[in-house]
Amino acid sequence: MSNKRSTFLISALVFGFAFLYVPILLVIIYSFNEGKLVTVWAGFSTKWYVSLFSNDGMIDAAWNSLRIGVMSATLALALGTPAGLVMSRFGRFKGRTLFSGMIAAPLVMPEVITGLSLLLLFVTLEQMIGWPAGRGLSTITIAHTTFCAAYVAVVVQSRLSGMDTSVEEAAMDLGAKPAKIFFVITLPMILPALLAGWLLSFTLSLDDLVIASFVAGPGSTTLPMKVFSSVRLGVSPEINALATLIILTVSVMIIIASLMILRSERMRSRAAAGTEPQP
Amino acid sequence: MLVSEAVLEDAHEDVHKTQPWNNPDAVPYIRFENVTKKFGDFYAVDDVSLDIYRHELFALLGGSGCGKTTLLRMLAGFEEPTSGKIFIDGVDMAGVPAYERPTNMMFQSYALFPHMSVEQNVAFGLVQDGVSRSEIKQQVAEMLGLVQMSKFAKRKPHQLSGGQRQRVALARSLIKRPKVLLLDEPLGALDKKLREQTQFELVNIQEKVGTTFVMVTHDQEEAMTMASRIAVMNEGVINQIGTPFELYEYPNSRYTANFLGQVNLIEGVLVDDDEKYAVIKSEEAGCDIYIDHAVQGHQGMTFWAALRPERLRITKEAPEESKYNCVAGKVEEIGYLGGISTYHVRLASGLRIKVTEPNSTRQIEPRYTWEDNVWVSWEAGAASVLNK
Repeated sequence: MSNKRSTFLISALVFGFAFLYVPILLVIIYSFNEGKLVTVWAGFSTKWYVSLFSNDGMIDAAWNSLRIGVMSATLALALGTPAGLVMSRFGRFKGRTLFSGMIAAPLVMPEVITGLSLLLLFVTLEQMIGWPAGRGLSTITIAHTTFCAAYVAVVVQSRLSGMDTSVEEAAMDLGAKPAKIFFVITLPMILPALLAGWLLSFTLSLDDLVIASFVAGPGSTTLPMKVFSSVRLGVSPEINALATLIILTVSVMIIIASLMILRSERMRSRAAAGTEPQP
Repeated sequence: MLVSEAVLEDAHEDVHKTQPWNNPDAVPYIRFENVTKKFGDFYAVDDVSLDIYRHELFALLGGSGCGKTTLLRMLAGFEEPTSGKIFIDGVDMAGVPAYERPTNMMFQSYALFPHMSVEQNVAFGLVQDGVSRSEIKQQVAEMLGLVQMSKFAKRKPHQLSGGQRQRVALARSLIKRPKVLLLDEPLGALDKKLREQTQFELVNIQEKVGTTFVMVTHDQEEAMTMASRIAVMNEGVINQIGTPFELYEYPNSRYTANFLGQVNLIEGVLVDDDEKYAVIKSEEAGCDIYIDHAVQGHQGMTFWAALRPERLRITKEAPEESKYNCVAGKVEEIGYLGGISTYHVRLASGLRIKVTEPNSTRQIEPRYTWEDNVWVSWEAGAASVLNK
């Protein structure tokens, strides 16, 4: 009986994972294909990686994406951290639910709408005050910051609401002023959450195609945009190589971020548990 | 006997030194003046006035939600009173933020900084004050010595046991030599054995440093062991203030009597009173209760006689003098605790009386067993009479 069930469970597992990962696996495998045709295996080679690194357009796009990713993740951290702090420490006030809903809204907003509204905003701003002059890296960075900040805020808020407020009170009691408490006590304690938030934002920014397409200008092609446009002209095995690299980068980042969250969770529960004596 | 006046005066002065609350000229160190704290419509603290004197170890005792922690947090500056004033050493604390108050607090959860070592935790208060490095180093070492944690200076809080964390928290809150040390359930997170041991240690440390301690606790045993005086709180009001002795022997209400130790409360009506004695007729007990002192009240008023279980005697035969203070019943429950035994005796009226007897000699078998018919009696001075 239990044997039967486990067979069923195993096949469900295999099917599920196959459904999710076979396409990705194929991309990775075909990135090492010798031949020019994407769908026909012609032997092992790393030549597409070599040709990828000599493709200037692709390298420029990757460089753009990295720069936008670092910038917007950093800005999102600067904006999202105070937001998370306010949501968990400000206490109750009228319209609190509305505020927290508004902070989380970019997470569920369709990207097309976010992209379109931001485009309208940038165009209007340019006509009114002349900034941002045209669209390019800076507008993409701003656009990515808006939705990444929401992710950071949520991560920080959940970390803070699990934190014992008496630790901050103890610092105040011992003579530290609120601003100092934030930098000396609160910040170090939520540091893992901040790093995780940053990595998450960076990854999201690196992935984004739709919003970037709306607010990009000439010379600010990001990697996903480049990939998308070159695929429309026909898939080259180079793209497979690129995809493999992206998958690798993103997976490493996600794994680091989750490990950090896990570690901070564990430290928190260990600090809370308290009484077990240690040698 | 003749006692010279000088000796009397000396004795008087001594009392005033050790019991400043009995000295009308003593100036209180901490003063709550009609302090009220409301959270929305809820009165957490309701018009509390309280004086605490220098070098006291004062305990606020009460069940959860009685307002004791709110009172402590107002002293620390984490909450502002809705109305009323708080003075520490003569200074009005209104508007003084927590980081400028001459108080330090030891938190129930200890609230150690998890990312700092024991040493850094203890030094934190001095670092905020801009004390020089060498000075900090010396003071931290001294303080860690006082709480016997020198060996663990480099450890992080999560590498310590509960008792060790408690010591670090104590050292951290004492290092700034606060005028008042506030302790929120200081021993609440320790297990029973460690708690009893730490109670005395804490009292010793208090005597050594001479700081005024104000402590919040729900554990009456802890309060009685440690405190010079106790305020019993209930629903935001102080029920009674006194030394452990006063509260136990002369409770002013059924609440206090019940909260400190165990008590049998017997309801009755005053039927006879005089300057030297009073008699309360109790239907519940089925006997008259003779009290060897006068009672404030008039005949026909309802009173409760509070009888501590250890002041009752349990016998198989009716005592010779059985007119007063003597009831018959059946043993319903027996609790053998080694040093003492507890008996629950059910009276004819259905009232259950708790009696404890010391097991001062080694016995082959228990003296009384279930369903035994027994008599419970007490001295005229055993009962305290309560009217609320």
